[in-house]
Amino acid sequence: MSVPEPIRLILFVAGLMGFVGFNAAYLVWVERKGAGRFQRRPGPNEAGWAGLLQPIADAAKLMSKQLIVPAGVDRTLFRAAPLMVMAPAMIGLAVVPFSESLAARNINVGLLMIFAFGSINVMAVMLGGWASRNKYAIISAARVVSQNVAYEIPMLLVVITIIMGTGTMNLHEIVQDQAGWFWNWNIFRVWVNPLAPITFLIFFTCMLAETNRAPFDMAEAESELVAGAYTEYSGMGFGVFFMAEYANILLGCSVGTVLFLGGWQSPFGLWSGLIWFLLKLYFLVFSVVWIRWTFPRTQFYGLLNLSWKILIPVSLFTFILSSAIIKLLGHRL
Amino acid sequence: MSEFPAGGYIVNLVFLFALATTVAGAVLAVMTRRIIHSVCGLAICCIGLAGLYYFLHSPFLALMEILIYVGAVCVTIIFAVMLAEPEEAVVEKKKGVDFAWSGMAMAVGAAIFYGLWRLGAQHDWTAPVTRTNDGSIKLIGEALLTTYSVPFELISLALFVAILGALAIARAGRDKA
Repeated sequence: MSVPEPIRLILFVAGLMGFVGFNAAYLVWVERKGAGRFQRRPGPNEAGWAGLLQPIADAAKLMSKQLIVPAGVDRTLFRAAPLMVMAPAMIGLAVVPFSESLAARNINVGLLMIFAFGSINVMAVMLGGWASRNKYAIISAARVVSQNVAYEIPMLLVVITIIMGTGTMNLHEIVQDQAGWFWNWNIFRVWVNPLAPITFLIFFTCMLAETNRAPFDMAEAESELVAGAYTEYSGMGFGVFFMAEYANILLGCSVGTVLFLGGWQSPFGLWSGLIWFLLKLYFLVFSVVWIRWTFPRTQFYGLLNLSWKILIPVSLFTFILSSAIIKLLGHRL
Repeated sequence: MSEFPAGGYIVNLVFLFALATTVAGAVLAVMTRRIIHSVCGLAICCIGLAGLYYFLHSPFLALMEILIYVGAVCVTIIFAVMLAEPEEAVVEKKKGVDFAWSGMAMAVGAAIFYGLWRLGAQHDWTAPVTRTNDGSIKLIGEALLTTYSVPFELISLALFVAILGALAIARAGRDKA
């Protein structure tokens, strides 16, 4: 650490903001381009080469729009809600280890920190919906809560299963634990948890649901609820919600990468580093886009049944199985 | 941390900020008229409290405070409030009744405050504050499963009964519908 601490801190804050901003802008491009390709049309292709300037145009449009605060809304909460969605994702990214040495903070309870601040997210969307004083927004707020309560449980069960195997909540140590060949990654560690790939699948499904992505985007079901909780937001009010959605996807995929796919470790035990983290991260992000444009939106009851009747029992079973194996056969195998 | 210029002042500032957040949240929770704002005050208060826990060298407890109180308890309260009444009408009551109630509340509050103050003033606070352990998850887990295993199991039993009760009530309601 040759860089002085204050400068390092400022660099990281600016870097993370830039990372999130850039990704939010260009993931929209990936999303639209991907949607086009999956539906056999070119997608945005007018602004710049392959439509690469499209996000800049979008940003200019959103920023130049008037910020309307409708009469009758709860002003304070209405304005605070977008910030409260954005801030937790940024805080969470502060503990994500991008590589061996590239992490803003290496704290012992990093994983817990991501989930603790991630839980504020629900409240923010709900408050935004409630403050809008719009019936669609309120229906959406109610849906967000029941959806998030349902999916938080299997998510945390799965994460606890992984923590039992690694024995730490420090994200750095979790990644270091998965060094070597790719079969050391938690997703392939079938000798600790025979259902490890299924565990990853549960995690990924819950991540989709927690970030309100299709096929679970009940909060913003545009064919039923106009735009759900975001109906009354205009300009950058909506823009920040939109950016926060991508920031949360990035955070969720980062956690998935760290917990299951070995973080910055290379699959062959050689040349580990940032590039592997980013490759895995963007593979997951691309899968998220892929799933959105492949599956139709589920029904709300189907969504809740999937969690309560399938994901929670299965994740409980893997939890018990994995703890029994660790107890009987010892921690390190 | 030590390489931070004026680190001590910054730490003090952050501590004061956490303190101010706690107090402001508590005041907001009590003073505001809208019940949703009260819950937001509670959430802010809990976040400030988490900051104070962090200053007591227990980051685990601080994060749990946020995860459970902000992420679960406040969300549940807001959800219940939203389902119960979307729009609270401000009910005008008779002034006399209001005064009687606020007088009683004030008397009780003053009595509690006086009691706490007496306790604080008379207690012998000379015992130095020591860190008994490093507050790590490992130690907390060991303490929960050895020294405090009986209360721990009792709490889990109470939660289990609560879940069963909720299920039984919900099931009965579903049959009627």
